[in-house]
Amino acid sequence: MHQMTLAEIARGLADKKFSSEELTRTLLARIAQLDPQLNSFITVTEDLAITQAQAADARRAAGETGALLGAPLAHKDLFCTKGIRTSCASKMLDNFKAPYDATVVASLAAAGTVTLGKTNMDEFAMGSANESSHYGAVKNPWNLDHVPGGSSGGSAAAVAARLLPGATGTDTGGSIRQPAALTNLTGLKPTYGRVSRWGMIAYASSLDQAGPMARTAEDCALLLQGMAGFDVNDSTSIDEPVPDYSAGLNASLQGLRIGVPKEYFSAGLDPRIADLVMASVEALKKLGAVVKEISLPNLQHAIPAYYVIAPAEASSNLSRFDGVRFGYRCEDPKDLTDLYKRSRGEGFGPEVQRRIMVGAYALSAGYYDAYYLQAQKIRRLIKNDFMNAFAEVDVILGPTTPNPAWKIGAKNADPIAEYLEDFYTITANLAGLPGLSMPAGFADGLPVGVQLLAPYFQEGRLLNVAHQYQQVTDWHTRSPAGF
Amino acid sequence: MQWEVVIGLEIHTQLTTQSKIFSGSATTFGSEPNTQASLVDLGMPGTLPVLNKEAVQMAVKFGLAIDAEIGQHNVFARKNYFYPDLPKGYQISQMELPIVGKGHLDITLEDGTIKRIGVTRAHLEEDAGKSLHEDYSGMTGIDLNRAGTPLLEIVSEPDMRSAKEAVAYVKAMHALVRYLGICDGNMAEGSLRCDCNVSIRPKGQVEYGTRCEIKNVNSFRFIEKAINSEIQRQIDLIEDGGKVIQQTRLYDPNTNETRAMRSKEEANDYRYFPDPDLLPVIIEDAFLEQTRATLPELPPQKRERFQSQFGLSLYDASVLASSREQADFFEKVVSISGDAKLAANWVMVELGSLLNKQGVEIDESPVSAEQLGGMLLRIKDNTISGKIAKMVFEGMANGEGSADEIIDQRGLKQVTDSGAIESMLDDVLAANAEQVEQYRAADEAKRGKMFGFFVGQAMKASKGKANPGQVNELLKRKLEG
Repeated sequence: MHQMTLAEIARGLADKKFSSEELTRTLLARIAQLDPQLNSFITVTEDLAITQAQAADARRAAGETGALLGAPLAHKDLFCTKGIRTSCASKMLDNFKAPYDATVVASLAAAGTVTLGKTNMDEFAMGSANESSHYGAVKNPWNLDHVPGGSSGGSAAAVAARLLPGATGTDTGGSIRQPAALTNLTGLKPTYGRVSRWGMIAYASSLDQAGPMARTAEDCALLLQGMAGFDVNDSTSIDEPVPDYSAGLNASLQGLRIGVPKEYFSAGLDPRIADLVMASVEALKKLGAVVKEISLPNLQHAIPAYYVIAPAEASSNLSRFDGVRFGYRCEDPKDLTDLYKRSRGEGFGPEVQRRIMVGAYALSAGYYDAYYLQAQKIRRLIKNDFMNAFAEVDVILGPTTPNPAWKIGAKNADPIAEYLEDFYTITANLAGLPGLSMPAGFADGLPVGVQLLAPYFQEGRLLNVAHQYQQVTDWHTRSPAGF
Repeated sequence: MQWEVVIGLEIHTQLTTQSKIFSGSATTFGSEPNTQASLVDLGMPGTLPVLNKEAVQMAVKFGLAIDAEIGQHNVFARKNYFYPDLPKGYQISQMELPIVGKGHLDITLEDGTIKRIGVTRAHLEEDAGKSLHEDYSGMTGIDLNRAGTPLLEIVSEPDMRSAKEAVAYVKAMHALVRYLGICDGNMAEGSLRCDCNVSIRPKGQVEYGTRCEIKNVNSFRFIEKAINSEIQRQIDLIEDGGKVIQQTRLYDPNTNETRAMRSKEEANDYRYFPDPDLLPVIIEDAFLEQTRATLPELPPQKRERFQSQFGLSLYDASVLASSREQADFFEKVVSISGDAKLAANWVMVELGSLLNKQGVEIDESPVSAEQLGGMLLRIKDNTISGKIAKMVFEGMANGEGSADEIIDQRGLKQVTDSGAIESMLDDVLAANAEQVEQYRAADEAKRGKMFGFFVGQAMKASKGKANPGQVNELLKRKLEG
């Protein structure tokens, strides 16, 4: 039962082959049995899941249908869930029960999904290895000594290990696509503004975007359908009609113009991944796509620009965690300054503190122009690069990551080495474009992902290309040994 | 040394929107602590601001009223600092691209001349909450009801040259925002607060001196006193060989002194940057024109109309136009009585001193515009004299009813029957035969003085009710005769 995709579950539930409650109980048992090896959940919401599953079964019995009705999933632990701990994997919010549901959580619940729990992540979504969590590192089910990627590492590991068919993630610089690549999943970061950010605890507001993580493009289409849409509570969400993503999956790729940026094949790229990327290009060619070399000349500036903008916004976004109203407060504060210093010093982990300091520095008087404004200019240049490229091609294809999953702890001494793992994913966030990572093979038993980028609001095109690719390949069907 | 004073003001006006600037919470003053604070106002993780259109409309209205450039592409920025009553750790404000750019406001000085004060900019921002230090035995209570209340911060050019000018400017601004209906102007509740930037320089010097900012002064009287005490402090300091240090200071009304709060070096680095949760505000021409159409007649236009339509002096017209309520009251009195000069006089002098004595505003006046207008009609048709009118006015102030009712009840109707006046005068002259003799013997110059005596006696005898014109005329005839 646990091997089923969301689409298969939808058919099984519709055909009354099993109930949502049966499925939910099976998966909860599987989580209890296997998650201790992975540490992919921070909170398992067993009672809520059973209640929601029973409610979904009742709705179906009453004649309701819907692809997500009774479908089990989990939310990354930065989506606010009413009455349930929403920790951001931080000591700072270990005691925080959100008083409301995020729009994403509420929309998916309204569609009938069943919440199995809240998944582990890098603290405040800052990291690419899921090692910075207050609740401990998450293990990659493909090799328990390796990282699953981050920051949505818990969602990735749980779905890859077949603990559940799909999960929500968020992507600020690659946090959906990179762990999807490292765990053999399909993960989609939508266009900035496509999915509401209301109730999603902010890391970097101008870059954060929620999206689905699942095993297939078809499943991502189902989940995105439940997440996308305009929200009056989020001024940056965009009032643009939401297409039927599933309906577009089977469009032909005949004549699809794929651009492959020459800058992608630089010295940092693992040659095994380069080979798999070219193999995926060949597969798509067979489906009728035409391939063209393109150029993204400002690619090299993306990481420096990102590591100014994201920490700058984070330094401000995380100011509300001050020990005054909610979250962690230090013992016996001597005075107000002591309360602030120790609550934040003890409540935040080292990577979060590092980014707050970098960000505060970049925004400070006298440095603002040199760092923040300069980074915003680079951001515009990168966006222009994409606009030029999309005048010639329909999608851009390349590696999702320069390397497969690395050993836990291997990059701890050098944060920059970890930052570089987001080399291919960050540009989509800076430009606000949609991006998808799909399974494209293995390097010594570790999954490798291929990334597709498309123009604004062309999530449907990404899902179409990935789905067609998945009709002629079987990488996405492979499951890790022991799970 | 002759010193010149240079003053610039920052006025924070609380906008009277139905809900807060970035959330749907109500903005009513004085509710139980934290009952008007939503998830957004509490700075809950994951919440986002949504701009209140009404606040934008009010700011644009203000900009148009001071003839300012409107920032048709304006941007909200975050001002970052830590304080317990600032729930997000930053205040959403505007920095580089405010909604209102350069404009100006005319003020009337005491000598009746008009001075134009430049407005540098005005920007929208959210208010913080309140820290309550009493009643919590060594702890601080936080009330976030006020957090997120919309403020329009109006920054002036350093154009004022005395505390009196500064007060005149604040009064004119106070009147303007009330005219526009965008702020209730209640300074006691903090709806309009003022930061005063004060510096001095030797007369004739072009460069400005070092300024100090007096924070949060909240009454016209304190603004004047605070500025004057700060001016004196700076003069004393410099004349004793010292130097003014750029500082933020607080005014203490009890000691009538300002004291240092923090120096420039200790000032926060607010690390402003555009708020990524809010899109730039684009104000379209149609919106501007639509808002312009809602502008009421403003003090300068009203003042000019009062001068041309009613023939009032510049001073009287300025005073009457200085508040919307007073101008409306005055116009109602005029419409009833048909006599603008008489109305202006009564509204400014008698009513003014009554309101002053009772410490109430004109919209709570114990004498209504209808009552006052009705009384002026009786002055005009000679039913009562000006002197009796003061008694009637007092009666109205005491709640005795309309002018006609009071005149009737107290029998204050003026005697205009010349027969009755004549016989009364005969009695007066008979009772003062000696003075009559002296009068008739006196020369023209002396007679003038003595005539007043008889008028006084006559009015006394008639209990003030005799028509003074007739008394004068008949008396003259009888004495000469």
